[in-house]
Amino acid sequence: MSQAMEQLYQQLILDHAKHPHGKGLAEPGTAESHQVNPTCGDEVTLRVHLDGDTLGKVSWDGQGCSISQASLSVMSGLVEGQPVARAEELGETFRALMHSRGAGLDEDLEDELGDATAFTGVAQFPARVKCALLGWAALRDALAQAGVANKEEDR
Amino acid sequence: MTTAALSAGELAAVRADFPLLGRTLRGGRRLVYLDSAATSQKPDVVIDAELEFYTQRNAAVHRGAHQLAEEATEAYEQARAQVAAFVGVAADEIVWTAGATAGMNLLTYAMSNASLGRGGAAARRLALGPGDEIVVTEAEHHANLVPWQELCARTGATLRWIGVSDEGRLRLDQLADVVGERTRVVAVSHASNVTGAITDVPTVVAAAHEVGALAVLDACQSVPHLPVDLPALGVDVAVFSGHKMLGPTGVGALWARREILEAMPPVTTGGSMVEVVTMESATYAPPPLRFEAGTQMVAQAVGMGAAARYLQDLGMDAVAEHEAQLTRALLDAVARVPGVRVIGPTDPVDRLAVVSFVVDGVHAHDVGQVLDDAGVAVRVGHHCAQPLHRRFGIAATARASASVYTTLEDVEAFGAALADVRPFFGLGGAA
Repeated sequence: MSQAMEQLYQQLILDHAKHPHGKGLAEPGTAESHQVNPTCGDEVTLRVHLDGDTLGKVSWDGQGCSISQASLSVMSGLVEGQPVARAEELGETFRALMHSRGAGLDEDLEDELGDATAFTGVAQFPARVKCALLGWAALRDALAQAGVANKEEDR
Repeated sequence: MTTAALSAGELAAVRADFPLLGRTLRGGRRLVYLDSAATSQKPDVVIDAELEFYTQRNAAVHRGAHQLAEEATEAYEQARAQVAAFVGVAADEIVWTAGATAGMNLLTYAMSNASLGRGGAAARRLALGPGDEIVVTEAEHHANLVPWQELCARTGATLRWIGVSDEGRLRLDQLADVVGERTRVVAVSHASNVTGAITDVPTVVAAAHEVGALAVLDACQSVPHLPVDLPALGVDVAVFSGHKMLGPTGVGALWARREILEAMPPVTTGGSMVEVVTMESATYAPPPLRFEAGTQMVAQAVGMGAAARYLQDLGMDAVAEHEAQLTRALLDAVARVPGVRVIGPTDPVDRLAVVSFVVDGVHAHDVGQVLDDAGVAVRVGHHCAQPLHRRFGIAATARASASVYTTLEDVEAFGAALADVRPFFGLGGAA
């Protein structure tokens, strides 16, 4: 396998894809989003529970490739228990990482993303960036529906 | 192997005609192009025909009296004749379109306009309303499904369909129940872009004609790979694309029997499709020009003509025989890898070299990524046939598809890369 492939399919990603966190929908919460990737038919339904301005349980169900499943899993762990504004910030940082063409971000920013930096290699494969962003798109949409999204960052 | 197939020397010569096949990929890997059902590569004669048109003949066609305009018009009409000859029809029954999708939309909007009373008495046979039915199949590409859904929504007609068997063949036994007195159109693909199954067109046509319905064929996947004589198949209308038959993108053809073409009201209106225009109204040119408003994709049409000629010179019997070997090789290659399941017939009879499959425990996107890493280009996703994938309870498949320039070595390289997929994701070689 090429080096790019090893960077794409890091062990952490394969592990998350195999044992995803947050998979299986919890009871209906504050808001829900259904997202599809029309090019491959992948789908996800994501539910968020909010406790004031803080994200409680994040659960999801869907089907997709290892990149989309692992990204949903990592994201759920990352944003649960975080203030909404913080979750949105992480989303923006992750989107920036995905559009870095594999160059990565400043070390400080990457540190904030924790396990999600494992997806740096995905950015070298433009066709797969959408896979990694599917879950984050669902989170942004769910927060917008819950009416707690920061409108200025909503783009 | 019969004598009709391409010899090793002939196949090498064919490959030498396709400049792109000579390029290498990241890391210097050889390109193994198995995505011809999505779009084919182009031979020099097609590229040169477009280049020659632009460098020697470019001018507006069917207008202007200067020499260039005459030569451009001649090239455009000669290409029409070449495409017509390729599918066994008369040149004036071929309408240039932007592709098969555009062709299907031309037909359905012409019927829509007929339903609104446009086209006068002659168009009445194409008018639809509540109570009328259109029949398609569960195997259709979205291009032969969504335009009919929309036509039904506009006219009040009802869409019905026949199913697909577990083996991926059309359930033609259901035609007797689904096609009836109310059926006005039966539209099927000649070959599925997912399962590769070739439709028994005469049986479909017989069912349609028995009730006076129009038989419509999506011939996109068949004309690049099989000898196709549209009148002999008995259909009334057919569409196909240039880019899947070694021709350029942005061009395709709609063929219809002359009396149907004459009955069709225009869809896209404007310049060069008219006879007399006053401030109040217009009269329209006879087909095919009636359907070719505005400046057309002339260079692409010339390229599509060159593609038709190229395939005809190779001989479609030889092309079909060569690809029949590839069908068997692809099915064998997939069957050898544990944990891989074909979506479509595993029997090579009446089947194109289009093999869609799922790999146990690995999503199609991930399968495609591993194959790409080995230089093997396949399509992943639903291939614009969501209902068919839903029929099999899956969202996506990977698809390997061949064309005349595909070799047994390509299939071997594909098989070797496919064997690496499950181990790469930590799954056993055995299912």
